[in-house]
Amino acid sequence: MKNNQSCLNIVSAFKNKEASPTESVKNYLAEIDAQRELNAFNFVFSEAALHSAEAVERKIEKGTAGKLAGLVVAIKDVLSIEGKPLTCSSKILENFIPLYTATAVQKLIDEDAIIIGKTNCDEFAMGSSNENSAFGSVLNPVDHTRAPGGSSGGSAVAVAASLCDFSIGTDTGGSIRQPAAFCGVYGLKPTYSLVSRFGLTAFASSFDSIGPFGKYIDDVALALEVLAGHDPKDSTSFMSQPADYVNDLSARGEKLVIGIPDEYFSSGLQPEIKTEIEDVVSRLANAGYEIRCIKLPHTDYAIAAYYILTTAEASSNLARYDGVRFGYRGQDSRTVADMYKNTRSEGFGTEVKRRIMLGTYVLSSGYYDAYYKKAQKVRRLIKQDFEKAFGEVDIIITPTSPTTAFKLGEKTTDPLEMYLSDIFTISTNLAGIPGLNIPIGSDNQGLPIGMQLLASHFCESKLLQLGKFIEKNIL
Amino acid sequence: MRVTNKDAAYIADLAKLKFSEEELNKMTNELDEILTYIDKLNELDTEQIEPLSHPIELQNVFRADVLLPSTPRELALKNAPEKTDSYFKSPKVLNQ
Repeated sequence: MKNNQSCLNIVSAFKNKEASPTESVKNYLAEIDAQRELNAFNFVFSEAALHSAEAVERKIEKGTAGKLAGLVVAIKDVLSIEGKPLTCSSKILENFIPLYTATAVQKLIDEDAIIIGKTNCDEFAMGSSNENSAFGSVLNPVDHTRAPGGSSGGSAVAVAASLCDFSIGTDTGGSIRQPAAFCGVYGLKPTYSLVSRFGLTAFASSFDSIGPFGKYIDDVALALEVLAGHDPKDSTSFMSQPADYVNDLSARGEKLVIGIPDEYFSSGLQPEIKTEIEDVVSRLANAGYEIRCIKLPHTDYAIAAYYILTTAEASSNLARYDGVRFGYRGQDSRTVADMYKNTRSEGFGTEVKRRIMLGTYVLSSGYYDAYYKKAQKVRRLIKQDFEKAFGEVDIIITPTSPTTAFKLGEKTTDPLEMYLSDIFTISTNLAGIPGLNIPIGSDNQGLPIGMQLLASHFCESKLLQLGKFIEKNIL
Repeated sequence: MRVTNKDAAYIADLAKLKFSEEELNKMTNELDEILTYIDKLNELDTEQIEPLSHPIELQNVFRADVLLPSTPRELALKNAPEKTDSYFKSPKVLNQ
């Protein structure tokens, strides 16, 4: 058995002794080894994973195993696991071993998931192609000359290439949904604050969200059910009880009203993506869903606002990498001021430096009002666009990315062009709403096409229900 | 040009980064290009709009003032590039 089963089926197969977690871990380790050239993992925990598998088997025997018993999970290397390396794919964190485990990861472990390794990503999650990694690029399993998307490229590839049962990524401006689209898997960015950020290396704290990649919609629902919930260690985390996402999936939801925003289907969108999405939408209409045209008039300003606010937050968050307490320390420094500069200049990669520079610029004296405050105001306008739209519709359907997977190296020389590739995912993070990528087909080169569903804050169940309907009846 | 080499050098100093002359030229041009793009925000009249600092607008979150165990010193020093028995060690702070 393997590789074409949903996570729920795998867990029940383990419980019924039709398969064993140890066998599953061994299969995945062999597969990871066989597909090493994809470069999806920064670290693989072979021995620890096999030990965990044995421990889970004992729990299954005793009937005390958790919801994720025996599932093999890959974690983006920006999340902390006690005693295991945490690099954020940066030289500045080489040899860093965290002292505690991120709440999101701990919740998976508490439900008896097996952590098989840490996945490659753009350095500090800054990038859209996974090419900004100290560990090198990750290859798209569908076409090795193409980018897997980013920043959670390794996590998307780990699911797409069957190197784990599901994986965890993070999304600050599209870093789960866009790689999910490029690799042809499901990827969910939850509402901001639904999943605790404790133990997640901060990039832009008012944007960062943790979420799952899966082969099936059920896998994403199951993972979210475990990840979601308040954490006293993250005072921004959502206070109320999260929904029962797995049961909600099978509940027959009322017929949702779907909105299609003009602004997301304009020029620059690859024609095949447009055609595929229109096809799905017309089939939803035939199935009885009401489809309405809506407006999100400030869409065109999202990228500009995003790159002011996230780089400003990043420039503050990344001030901690100074070579004093942990991580890389620059050599041959005469004074502590030299050491800061040597450490940061030698330790950070180019894109991270570029964003620190931009963030420092927009926060610097004389520019704060013109850039930072202006962008915060535009952020409210974008949030208001969505609030207005969700007064009329339950779900908004858009493309996830304007193109299918681009070539490795294609955009690395032009940072602004790379930023513009996130046009359809960024508004979501400005507003803090949830978004789901659904793989709906392929273009004429066989590259996956992703469609994005958006819902209002904390309405993940609606996203998952419509996702399930599409998976089951439309695709 | 919105950004000159001199501006970029000043920002680099604030951000505790250093660049070769060639890197600084490139960084200056890229920042200039990005900031030119960002200028499109000025098309919007935001005079009456309140800035939004957080997508979920929370009130203050309080907790009881209870002392909990914190990281023991030897663990906190574990990842230090240089240390003494109980301190992080750095080069001279005051330039002589």
